[in-house]
Amino acid sequence: MAALDKETTDKIDVAYVARLARLYLADTEVQTFQGQLDHIVGYMKKIDELDLSNVEPTSHAVTLQNVFREDVVKPGLAVEQVMANAPAQVSDQFQVPKIIE
Amino acid sequence: MRYLTTIGLEVHVQLRTRSKMFCGCSTAFGAAPNTHVCPVCLGYPGAMPVMNRDAVKMTIISGLMIGSRISEFSKFDRKSYFYPDMPKNYQISQYDKPLCVGGSVEIDIDGVSRRIGVTRIHLEEDVGKNMHFQHSSGIDFNRAGVPLMEIVSEPDISSPEEAFAYLLALKQILLYAGVSDCNLEEGNVRCDVNCSVRPEGQKEFGTKTEIKNLNTFKGVLNALKYEIPRQVDVLESGGKIFQETRRWEVETGVTIAMRSKEYAHDYRYFPEPDLAPVVTSCEQIEELRRNLPELPRTRRERFIQQYSIPEYDAGVLTADVAVADFFEQSAKLSSNPKAISNWIMTEMLRLLSEREMDIRKVVVTPAALAGLVKLVDEKVINSNSAKEVFALLFEKGGEPDQIVREKGLVQVSDSGAIEKFVDQAIAENAKSVSDYLAGKDVAAKYIVGQVMKMSRGKANPQLVASIIEDKLKVEKMKRGG
Ligand SMILES: [Zn+2]
Repeated sequence: MAALDKETTDKIDVAYVARLARLYLADTEVQTFQGQLDHIVGYMKKIDELDLSNVEPTSHAVTLQNVFREDVVKPGLAVEQVMANAPAQVSDQFQVPKIIE
Repeated sequence: MRYLTTIGLEVHVQLRTRSKMFCGCSTAFGAAPNTHVCPVCLGYPGAMPVMNRDAVKMTIISGLMIGSRISEFSKFDRKSYFYPDMPKNYQISQYDKPLCVGGSVEIDIDGVSRRIGVTRIHLEEDVGKNMHFQHSSGIDFNRAGVPLMEIVSEPDISSPEEAFAYLLALKQILLYAGVSDCNLEEGNVRCDVNCSVRPEGQKEFGTKTEIKNLNTFKGVLNALKYEIPRQVDVLESGGKIFQETRRWEVETGVTIAMRSKEYAHDYRYFPEPDLAPVVTSCEQIEELRRNLPELPRTRRERFIQQYSIPEYDAGVLTADVAVADFFEQSAKLSSNPKAISNWIMTEMLRLLSEREMDIRKVVVTPAALAGLVKLVDEKVINSNSAKEVFALLFEKGGEPDQIVREKGLVQVSDSGAIEKFVDQAIAENAKSVSDYLAGKDVAAKYIVGQVMKMSRGKANPQLVASIIEDKLKVEKMKRGG
């Protein structure tokens, strides 16, 4: 797919991707993962040795298609249940630090 | 120096489904916080989304209405980002295989018609809503997972007025298609606006800014009317436009840069493994195309032809699909469509706007209006009484002939009865009579008014006028005129 351009498939910038994923890695961890991931990507690149010009990119591993539900309303959870796992709440809402735009 | 403006719009439209995009939670507006949520729309691990069939169908219908190509193969993707109102830390959206590709919307500016290109329409889920408290914010996930159709225009729009016209035309089409209520008060339609300027003669577009989350069409118009001169001013004074997201401040009437979100545009899309692709056959597409509602423009042209009404009338009547439906149902039952049109354009629309009502809620039926027109055409009642009957129909509904009977509004066309009133009026209004005889023709109108009053509005006005004229002529001769 277009999003996975050459730059990202050739080499994964672990520190950058970790920041995107909100993972806080120590420098030594970044180095460890960088080495491991480079290795994995290198291994995947073996596929490039094949002629894939006539192969459609696979988006799904199973062959299912058109799995729909009808537009019917079902009751949701009770608000007490919804809030039961919330670390903090305010007026039946999930409380988060003040959002500044 | 003259500058050229380039505008592109991303319009998010809430589809008219009862349940959410991937779960059975209700989409009803205005519920208490977090009462329309379940493990799927709260993003609980292991919860599986299942596509709402109607949401997919409505998106395809929208595409067909604007001439899109419908993808035979379409799929959903995960758009990753972190924001408190996004429970899963990714939004289910469509990246490279949207349901609809291409199309256009026709707009009229100063009588000149233009087509604004549409790049694509894809389907995605809405996020939650955040409320701001004094020291924190609260998140209500009732809206999370509500189906949104995103309609992306080409950068074909060149002025705030065109952007406004495009939004109105698009809304009209979606209402005709019946795929959205397009209720702006309830946040059914939200726009992101991309806009750039460049000196005339320069080929490449200028750097664009994006104004996010405008929830009124007026807001889009006003934000652009501010943003375009702002960009020109920056360039004129030797400055540089930064590609940034800005927010429209209604109160102060300015756009301001939002706190820039680092890496915010790296969404790392990848295929949603929990949702199977949507495959639509040519037969299914053709079936939907055959049953497509008429476009507003097509209907306007047809009204002019089929009902012999002026272009102006057709424009007013087709502006709102429900008004057009009412007119058409009524006109089909009548031999005088122009009169039906007149009633709707004047009395009906006036009363509706006075009461801030929607024609979908009125109690007067199309059949009753056709009946009323017939009573006037057959001279059973005069136009004064007709207005009274219409007001009653609008208030309480019912049958026009029954109201006419109950209220005793049947027109008096018995010349003997009218003559009596006329004699009385002439005797009581000597001043008007002498005025008339002195050459003031308008004085006769006053006498007509007096007779109408005596008949409590029921006399046939044409008959009254002609009897008065005859009598006054006789009077004139008597006085040797
Ligand atoms: Zn749900």
